[in-house]
Amino acid sequence: MTEERGLPAPAPAVSPHSAAFWEASAQQRFLVGHCPGCDQWFWPPNRTFCPRCGEAASLREASGRGTIYSHTTVRVSGSIAIGGGPYNYKDALPFVLAYVELAEGPTVMTNIVGADADVVAVGLPVRVEFSRTGGPEDPALPRFRLV
Amino acid sequence: MAGRAYIAGAFEHPGRHLPDVSPAQLHAEVALGALADAGLTLADVDGFLSTPDAPGFGVITMADYLGLDRLTYTDTTETGGSSYITHVGHAAMAIEAGLCSVALVTMAGKVSSGVPVPSGYPDAPELSFEIPFGASLVAEHALAARRHMYEFGTTSAQLAEIKVAASTHAQHNPNAVLRKVVTVEQVLDSPLIADPLHKLDCCINTDGGGALVVVSEGVARSLDRHCVAIRGHATAIKASFDGRIDLTYTAAAQSGRRAYDMAGIGPADIDYVGLYDSFTITVLEQIEDLGFCEKGKGGLFVESGALRSPDGQLPTNSDGGGLCNNHPAARGGMPKLVEAVRQLRGEATPEVQVRDCRTALVNGIGGSIGTRMGSATVILSREAV
Repeated sequence: MTEERGLPAPAPAVSPHSAAFWEASAQQRFLVGHCPGCDQWFWPPNRTFCPRCGEAASLREASGRGTIYSHTTVRVSGSIAIGGGPYNYKDALPFVLAYVELAEGPTVMTNIVGADADVVAVGLPVRVEFSRTGGPEDPALPRFRLV
Repeated sequence: MAGRAYIAGAFEHPGRHLPDVSPAQLHAEVALGALADAGLTLADVDGFLSTPDAPGFGVITMADYLGLDRLTYTDTTETGGSSYITHVGHAAMAIEAGLCSVALVTMAGKVSSGVPVPSGYPDAPELSFEIPFGASLVAEHALAARRHMYEFGTTSAQLAEIKVAASTHAQHNPNAVLRKVVTVEQVLDSPLIADPLHKLDCCINTDGGGALVVVSEGVARSLDRHCVAIRGHATAIKASFDGRIDLTYTAAAQSGRRAYDMAGIGPADIDYVGLYDSFTITVLEQIEDLGFCEKGKGGLFVESGALRSPDGQLPTNSDGGGLCNNHPAARGGMPKLVEAVRQLRGEATPEVQVRDCRTALVNGIGGSIGTRMGSATVILSREAV
């Protein structure tokens, strides 16, 4: 469990359908939606059904490995987000927002931590780590670090 | 069937900063403006379309306020800034089905209305997987721009030309917020907001609004005003659906193709284009998705000066668009429609009027090209009734 300096870790709103993901995150376990019928992974892990075939789906532990699909260094805050935010990122500027393509296939919106913005690049391999949003039992945010 | 539908009236509010005008009054002003343009009155209106961000209970409150007591068709479709382009298609369908004959589409709002937050958004199931990481509209569009650059070699200077073209048009628009012509260098020298997007890659936000009147063929014949034919329309939604993201294209790839099919024409037949320009990258991807150049070649296409009106290969957003003219309540679809009607009527500002402008395409993107979006395409032609 890492405490990334400067990056806020706002608590997510946990729904009954994403609770299993967030409970596992507190234990640094990275779960991704998985359909046994299609044998396909999906993201975000907020559904109890498969968005491809509609069959009952579950969460499975993923490798936590992936590559950077795209990234941006956000330098000015106050920019509007649909639905609210960007929380208290004003004091964390600049920070890196990215999409990471997991080894299992889905693409995850996240932050790249522990690297200078100018070394972050599309295609680089990364690995998940978790940022606590509160105590050891509370949800933790999946962020990624260059391998 | 009542035959083809036409746009008989179009009005863009001239105001950009309207602290003393209520949103309800703004809806009224644009409604009256569009009806006057068509030569019609509130008493003629039997169809009413607007978005749920209209004051109060949306179209119910506004129908009451405007005295629209003869409505036989209403529609509150919400797809962000592309909504009003969708409304034109829905109005055409309602008219063609004989459900109404004079449909009013209004859009109005303030900067303080902020980004459209559809009711229920706080319950959005994706929220906790995006917002806690600092996601924002500009950052999400920056992710799309970065990926487009990675896959196709698109450059910041090429994106900047989109802003330069808009500013070149806006200098001739007395109502535009930003009328100063800028250079590629000035765009690149403006502060990075979320790289690779600079401040001048981003749209403005204003107060204001606009309205359209869509009428049946019979009504169009009775009017002493040039009516513009609605020849094709389509909508589409693109998202990751299951987590597979491809940020190099937009939902315009689907809505555009279907609108062309309905109109029976293709990209080579289009004389003028109105494209949602929330950010420069939004324009670039739509140009490719709508078939005006090959996927990945948008940078080279815009670099050639193609977007410059009237003489470029694809005159685009000749009013200055959302990058320079206006972007009321962060919903840019309506002004794109109004300028397209002006172009087809030959009533655009002379310096940007496309010669012999016969066919126009307007495309809007609502939501975010970096996550999930709606796209709406409308194809219009100037043919006489």
